[in-house]
Amino acid sequence: MNKNELLINFEGISFNYPGGIQVLSNLDFHFHRGDRIGLIAPNGSGKTTLLHLIMGLLKPCTGRIEIFGKPAKDEKDFADVRRRIGLLFQDADDQLFSPTVLEDVAFGPLNLGKPKNEAIQIAQQTLAFLGLDGFENRITFKLSGGEKRLVSLATVLAMQPEILLLDEPINGLDMKTKARLKEILSSINLSYLLISHDFDFLAEIVDATYTMQDGKILLDKELHLHEHVHAHELGTYPHQHDMSEERKNIPVGNRQKTDDRRQETNNSNQKSETS
Amino acid sequence: MISEPFAIGSSIVHQLDPRIRVGFTILYAFVIALAYQFSVLIAALMLSTILVVISQVNIKEVFKRIGMVNALIFLLWLVLPFTFPGEVLTRIGPFAIYRPGVMFAAQITLKSNAILLAFIALIATMPFATLGHALHRLRVPQKIVHLLLMTYRYIFVIEQEYKRLLRAAKIRGFQPGTNINTYRTFAYVIGMLFVRSAARAERVHQAMLCRGFKGKFYNLQEFKTGMGSWLFSIIMTVLIIGLIVMEVSKGKAF
Repeated sequence: MNKNELLINFEGISFNYPGGIQVLSNLDFHFHRGDRIGLIAPNGSGKTTLLHLIMGLLKPCTGRIEIFGKPAKDEKDFADVRRRIGLLFQDADDQLFSPTVLEDVAFGPLNLGKPKNEAIQIAQQTLAFLGLDGFENRITFKLSGGEKRLVSLATVLAMQPEILLLDEPINGLDMKTKARLKEILSSINLSYLLISHDFDFLAEIVDATYTMQDGKILLDKELHLHEHVHAHELGTYPHQHDMSEERKNIPVGNRQKTDDRRQETNNSNQKSETS
Repeated sequence: MISEPFAIGSSIVHQLDPRIRVGFTILYAFVIALAYQFSVLIAALMLSTILVVISQVNIKEVFKRIGMVNALIFLLWLVLPFTFPGEVLTRIGPFAIYRPGVMFAAQITLKSNAILLAFIALIATMPFATLGHALHRLRVPQKIVHLLLMTYRYIFVIEQEYKRLLRAAKIRGFQPGTNINTYRTFAYVIGMLFVRSAARAERVHQAMLCRGFKGKFYNLQEFKTGMGSWLFSIIMTVLIIGLIVMEVSKGKAF
């Protein structure tokens, strides 16, 4: 498999909800094999819409979608797409609908036509991989928030997707589960596109960060978002900084370091841009 | 939170094949519902009680449930004896108490309790998911089974959403009373629940599509029918036939 193979190709995509304002306008987006991309943008800027367009849950008003080198237009095309791309929903309660964990995780493999024994085996392996051994017969709605999120991830991973789309996966998670998720994402060898509002989380597990503005996707350097490391109280919690103010407050020696890091980030961005 | 107080246990009943339990409970309930002989109904009530005892469920919880049903039946006792015309049993002041009314109320009382106890002993002693799968194996259409299971799955989510909405109203000083504002608030809450449920259903369906859902559900649970289950089947068959014979052989109830 070609490392830099173009997997998702959006050309001139526009989308608006019926009677609503335009969410995406003339958007171009390219996703390559091996990409690990973070998407950070204000609420309502169309991040979730983008993921749903990739999965074919929404259809664009104009534009061309090509996924895995084939044009994706109707349900039939997207049936194949859904087989190879996994979407983790924002709300785990939307994803887990079966009474027990095992049934839910096995649902995907069974839909792919796997025999029952094999589906159960895949489900158990996936659960074990995520450290959820012994969860098989737990009742889905009685799980805690963090457990629900990990089980949802298991239901997606059990389909052995090539690309993972994660819609705000760390929303409402505690530090421990967040760390667990970070560990999992960095250990699986998958391309993924991750939506989050958490700079620090993104910085550690993605190679490039994009943002969205006016219905278009921008590479982060165009907006001067950058990875930086610094210490202050409550720094482990998701937060934002006023960048210009902050720059002023950094001692000169450290500022150099920050600039170096930024240089690195930009370099890696350029890499993924040219790839 | 809706709980399943009887579902987990280690009694003989809990170990029986769920399909057999469901099948015989339904059959048994039909026989009781169609019977009129007091001897049959009393025998059935005793049999159901024995089943509850064998299933070793929490007696306090059982009484709580029986209490609820009998509160409803009590209303029948307030109405039926006075309104079902026929032979007059006795008179209280200007009101006549009719014999068929009393008989009818007594029959309903016995039937409901016998059926309820049987369901507690045999059906409530399995988790809801198992019940769904058992029904599916008994050839209940898949769509109905999954409607049941999905309802059960999302009733908790809807309950949470309802509580969340009510909390939101309460922290802003909402106090329920008998006034138009209260009715309007509840109407908003209920309306909002419908909207949210519809949106939720849409998202669940999308999530299912993403995992390759093609309209078919799969059941993973395997059921085993052991010796105990066969023995139970034989005993239940004999008892049910016995009840039917009792019902048919005697004359009319009234």
